Amino acid sequence: MAFAAPDHGPGYSFTSPTTASAPKQHGFYPYTDNGGSILGISGADFTILAGDTRSTSGYNINSRMAPKLFRIGGEGPDATGARIILGVVGFGADGAALKERLDTIVKIYRYEHGKDMSVKACAQRLSHLLYGKRFFPYYTHAILGGIDEEGKGALYSYDPVGSYEREQCRAGGAAASLIMPFLDNQVNFKNQYVPGSGEGHDLKAREVVPLSRNYVMELVEDAFTSAVERHIEVGDGLQVLVVTENGIEERISPLKQD
Amino acid sequence: MNHLPQAWGRPRDDVYGAYNASFLPQDGPKQHTQSPIVTGTSVVAMKFKDGVVVAADNLASYGSLARFTDVKRLRQFNTRAVLGFGGDVSDMQHLDRLLTSLSLRENYADPGSSGDETDTASLDAKNLHTYLSKVMYKRRTDFNPLWNHILVAGLDDADKPFLASVDLLGTTFSAPSLATGFGAHLAVPILRRVAPDEAAAETLSMDDAVNAVKEAMKVLFYRDARSLDKYSIAVIRKDGVQLKEDEKLEGQSWAFAETIRGYGTQIH
Repeated sequence: MAFAAPDHGPGYSFTSPTTASAPKQHGFYPYTDNGGSILGISGADFTILAGDTRSTSGYNINSRMAPKLFRIGGEGPDATGARIILGVVGFGADGAALKERLDTIVKIYRYEHGKDMSVKACAQRLSHLLYGKRFFPYYTHAILGGIDEEGKGALYSYDPVGSYEREQCRAGGAAASLIMPFLDNQVNFKNQYVPGSGEGHDLKAREVVPLSRNYVMELVEDAFTSAVERHIEVGDGLQVLVVTENGIEERISPLKQD
Repeated sequence: MNHLPQAWGRPRDDVYGAYNASFLPQDGPKQHTQSPIVTGTSVVAMKFKDGVVVAADNLASYGSLARFTDVKRLRQFNTRAVLGFGGDVSDMQHLDRLLTSLSLRENYADPGSSGDETDTASLDAKNLHTYLSKVMYKRRTDFNPLWNHILVAGLDDADKPFLASVDLLGTTFSAPSLATGFGAHLAVPILRRVAPDEAAAETLSMDDAVNAVKEAMKVLFYRDARSLDKYSIAVIRKDGVQLKEDEKLEGQSWAFAETIRGYGTQIH
C-alpha cells in the first residue's frame, strides 16, 4: 500500500501499524503417535521380528490391520528374495517414508553392485538416513533384522536420530517399557543365577546361550499377549517375520481387539 | 468535500473508527495454513463384496456457521476411484485441480485400455492413494500442510475393493470401514458392527453396505452440529461409479431428543 495518508482533515485508514500483529506462530505440529509396539530377538541362525497390527490416533483405532514390519530390498510387490526386515513404530507416516527410502537404497545397491547388501552395511545406512534428518527427525523407533556374513542372526536397534547398536533383543514403541524388562530377564537372563552357587557376590549369573526358534516364538507371543492386557495402543493382530538363510517367513495371528 | 483523491471512497476514521487491518496479509515471513477455515465434516465409507460405498454431506462450514450448503465433497477421479474430502474446502479445491492435471497427463496419450473414452482408468484407487499420500506427506514436511483428511474408495489393480485414508500429516491406513472427523467416533462403531473385519466385508451385500452408510450419515446428522441432511453418496464397482450428489436423509426420528436432559433450560 503505497498511499500516503493526508496529513490534515479527518483521518482515514491507510495503514494501521498499530493493529498489525506480529506474524502468527506455527499452529501446525507435524508429528503424531500411531501407537503400536514391535520387538526383535536374534538367535544362532535366525532373527525374529514381531509387531502388533493396530494403528491408533489418540483413543481411536484407525485400523486393526496396519503392519509395521517390512521386507527390505526384495523384488516386486511381494519383495521376492528379500533377506532384510525392518520394523518401525512411532509416527506412521515417517515410518512409511523411512521404509521406502531404505528399500529403494537396498534395491539400487543390488542393481549397481550385482550382489545383496549385507545387513551390517544396511544397518549403518539406516543410521545415516535417520541422522540425515537430525534436525527434523523421523519420529520412529526402528529395528532392523537379518542374517550376518557368518550366517548368524543379526539385530540392530535405532533411536529416532540414528544412534544404533547390534543386540540380542530389543522392544520398541508404545509397550517397549512393558516388554523390554521381560526380554532382559528371559533372553539375556538378567537377575537369573545358578541355584545354590553361593550368596551375595558369590552368586553365579546364569550363562547366556542362544535360544531355539520355537522357544523364541513362545517368548514373543507371551510378550505381546501381556502387553495387550496393559497397553491400550497395542492389540488386534500379531505379525511375526522370521529371517533365516532360506528367506523370510511370515505369520499373522490374532490378538485381543479390546 | 475532500480534495485528496486517495481518500475518496474510504470510510472516515472519525465516523467508523480506524480500519482493522489485522486480518490482511502482513509484511513479513510467508504464512502457511495454520488452521482450516471453511471446512467439511465427516466422510464415511465401507467396503462390501464387490465394491466400496462412500458418503459425505454437502455442507461447508465457516466455524460454527453453516456457510455453503451445496458443496460436493465427493470427487470421482475415474471409473474406479472416488475421493471423499474432509477438512479445509479450499485445500480440497486445490487438490481437485491437482488431480485434474494428473488425470489429463495420465490419459492424454492412453485413454484407457478398452478404447472407450469414458474408461479413463489408467490409475486405480491404490495408485491414487499412493500419489495423494506422497503429496500430503511432502506438504506436511514443508510445514505447509493441506488441511484435509481424505478417503480413497475404489478398486485396486485386481479389481478388488480398495479403501484407504490419508490425512494432513501423510498418515495412511486402510480398513474395511473408515470415517474421518466426527465420523471416526460416531460412524465407525456402526459400520464395524456390520462388517467387523475384512472377511465379513467380503461377504457383505451392496444393499447392506449402502444402508449401513446411510444409517451412519443419519446418526452423524443427529449428533454432529456441523453436519447437514443433504449428502452425496457414491458406489464404486467393477461396472463403474454410481454417484448421487443430491440425496436427502430419509427416515429421521427425533423422538430420542425428548429424552435428552441437561443441556437446555429444562427444570427436571
